Amino acid sequence: MASRGIRDRVAIVGMGCTPFGELWDKSADDLLTDATVECVASAGIALEDVDAFWLGTMGSGLSGLTFTKPLKIDYKPVTHVENFCATGSEAFRNACYAVASGAYDLAMAVGMEKLKDSGYSGLTGIRQVGDGTLAGLSSPAVFSLLVPAYAHKYGVDPDELKAVLTRIAWKNHRNGAVNPRAQFQKEVSMEKIAASPLVAGQLGVFDCSGVSDGAAAVVVCRTEDAHRYTDSPLYVKGLSFVAGPAAGIIDPEYDYTSFEEVVRSASDAYSQAGVTDPRSQLAMAEVHDCFTPTELVLMEDLGFAERGTAWKEVLAGTFDRDGELPVNPDGGLKSFGHPIGASGLRMLFECWLQLRQQAPPERQIATVTEGGRTLGLTHNLGGGPGECVSFVGVVGSQPSD
Amino acid sequence: MSAGIVSWGVYLPYWRLDRGAIGAAFGTAQGKGTRAVASYDEDTTTLGVEAARRALDVAGVPVPAELYFSTPAPAYLDKTNATTIHAALGLPASTGAYDLCGSVRSGWATLNLSALSGEQRPSMAVISDLRTGLAGGAEESQAGDGAVAFVFAPEGGVAEVIGQASATDEFLERWRVPGESASRQWEDRFGEEAYLPAGRSAFDEALEEAGLKADDVDHLVVSGLHTRAVGALRKELSVTADRLAPDYGSRIGNLGAAQAGLVLADVLERATPGQVIVVVGLADGADAMVLRTTGELTQVQESRRQAEAVRVADLVDQGRADLAYAVFLSWRGQLRREPPRRPDPERPDAPAMLRNEGWKFGFSASRCEACGFVHLPPTRVCLSCKAVDQMAPLRLADARGTVATFTVDRLAFSMSPPMVGAVIDFDGGGRYRGEMTDVDPAAVAIGNRVEMTFRRLYSAEGVHNYFWKARPVSDGADAPDRHPAPGDAARNERG
Repeated sequence: MASRGIRDRVAIVGMGCTPFGELWDKSADDLLTDATVECVASAGIALEDVDAFWLGTMGSGLSGLTFTKPLKIDYKPVTHVENFCATGSEAFRNACYAVASGAYDLAMAVGMEKLKDSGYSGLTGIRQVGDGTLAGLSSPAVFSLLVPAYAHKYGVDPDELKAVLTRIAWKNHRNGAVNPRAQFQKEVSMEKIAASPLVAGQLGVFDCSGVSDGAAAVVVCRTEDAHRYTDSPLYVKGLSFVAGPAAGIIDPEYDYTSFEEVVRSASDAYSQAGVTDPRSQLAMAEVHDCFTPTELVLMEDLGFAERGTAWKEVLAGTFDRDGELPVNPDGGLKSFGHPIGASGLRMLFECWLQLRQQAPPERQIATVTEGGRTLGLTHNLGGGPGECVSFVGVVGSQPSD
Repeated sequence: MSAGIVSWGVYLPYWRLDRGAIGAAFGTAQGKGTRAVASYDEDTTTLGVEAARRALDVAGVPVPAELYFSTPAPAYLDKTNATTIHAALGLPASTGAYDLCGSVRSGWATLNLSALSGEQRPSMAVISDLRTGLAGGAEESQAGDGAVAFVFAPEGGVAEVIGQASATDEFLERWRVPGESASRQWEDRFGEEAYLPAGRSAFDEALEEAGLKADDVDHLVVSGLHTRAVGALRKELSVTADRLAPDYGSRIGNLGAAQAGLVLADVLERATPGQVIVVVGLADGADAMVLRTTGELTQVQESRRQAEAVRVADLVDQGRADLAYAVFLSWRGQLRREPPRRPDPERPDAPAMLRNEGWKFGFSASRCEACGFVHLPPTRVCLSCKAVDQMAPLRLADARGTVATFTVDRLAFSMSPPMVGAVIDFDGGGRYRGEMTDVDPAAVAIGNRVEMTFRRLYSAEGVHNYFWKARPVSDGADAPDRHPAPGDAARNERG
């Protein structure tokens, strides 16, 4: 058994990302077209130059035809990927392996989701009725199970924990306020967040990511070819994906204060990337803040804070855009919403901007410009506490020694 | 050892509707007292399951060889409802399960049949009613919901049937066409005139068969939906007032088909050996049954105390009376409440329900025989030791558990939002994430003790989706170590 990784063997040479939002005027085809066109332009290539495609979408289309039809792609391999909320990152991971293997020279991963045509509040799953015994809890409810468990285990007063969650939402909205691609480009006061109508448990509307449409795309090649396309590629340092055995939902030993799948995938990705102290080595992290308690717990699972201390670090501003380790500097799912297939690549797009110092000055992070850090992390999880899939990727602007 | 009733169970739902709330809504005179109200996730089948579980959850009760279910408000037609109860109780396939549904009087047929059959082999009668009526009407305010169950067996009877009589008559007093939730009635005085002679005749003939006189009666139960006739007959039967069994109507309402059983169960909980009980039921004529308690009664009453079986006299005082009248109306389909903006639930798949019958209806988990790990829902591969196909079924419907964490879901589809979700760790192993019911969302906390209850999650395309939910332990004073759990050793083995 081994997870050897492909450190520095694959480079990102172009990316595209649509604005995210309630895009009533954009179809799934439009979103795919917008992201793809921007991506190939960014790499300075023509679409015909791409040898193979990985399409990530959970519910906005089936098969490679979803991609080839709108873009009129001539007889190329297109793999449709689905892996819950990690769908976009999965498309990216597999495209990377394809070029690392030597099978293709240029591969593209595209992630897209068109959610806002459904007419429902929140996400709606695919039909899985079966014997009718699955509890019909909504996603916010499932993630809100973390809150009383965390408060109970670490003796945090529920009101204080609510303030922690509120600050996470406040921070991400503050970051999104200056991002022209975000669904919500407005700061929201802590008072307003804390007083928002309850959705599930202690989670108010502002503790939940929005529901939006969007798409993002990335083109990758072998590292030795990268400079044919760009002077400033990003290098793939580590890619890890795990699906857990869904132990937590049936094992009384699981205490609902951690995602074991995240711990495992982070450890694997760090080992591939040679990261030993993520908090000091990473310049930034884009993590899956589907709900505010998720981000809280992720700070511990990803090794950014000791167990039971992330809540204090949040209050101390450690993960603010100008903090010690900026988390979700683009605004996160909180500001972007969560078009499932697109989110992982949207996160990667922020690394693409920040690590290459291409973000607008008002939101360029200092850990890169002043701190000299070169690594960025992206993370997705899909499912819920106790039963999820998790992706952790590390990319960097410098090749290793 | 005599044949007769060996066990009984009574179930009253958690909710009570304050009659004052009805008057307040209509701006009319405010009624007094409360009525029992089945929750939005209950129907006559689930009410019956709960009563039957209570009847069987006493040491020494034999496994019924047959189960008869009766209700005037069946959840299904054509499809047998008793088979759902049978599955929820985890009874063997060899136990027959049959419905006697439709009229209030069918409840009597069920009791008679079960009593007769019980002389040969253990037989269970389950009688359930859920009465709605029109908004603002007498039935709505005066009726109630609930269920009773009796087990009859050839030996060990605490009360033997020593007389029985019927006085059948055809007259139009109360009626309802299929599909309606409110019954219609002829004018009150007509019913009284029609019922009184029938009631008197059934009473007299049943006593005569038993070789007894009215003076010998220690407990008289008179039941029926015609309140005026019931009241008049109670006065007429020359049984002294102190021997008239209370019907608790002011607190729970009239349980219709289940009322006679409820009052009889209450009598059995208070009676002493050697007493004579007469039960008279008025429904399209009259039926009467004479029972005599036996020496077994004391022992059974003691076993029930040990099993902490809840007594009728206590049950009627439980329940939560702050149910808003509008919520009651929405539960009964009299008021359309806007649902959350979420997809409607879909009907479950019949083949999947059959494959998973033990899980869905009996809440049966799988326990790994190699390492003891308990899986809910049952699986073939063990999470803990990865052994394949070494599972034995383990019914957890009657196990208790503790809340590990919880949520109040205001977004999920529910017939009555919000949905309360909880992660339950069962005593002796096994974790399950599901819904809670009969619970105050504000009172849920980590460490709460819960037990399982059989409910209807929703109905879609005419299919009732039944499954189990957790509810707070009814006695409230439960501790994890009270029920030494079979899987404790298993948990330790896992280290």
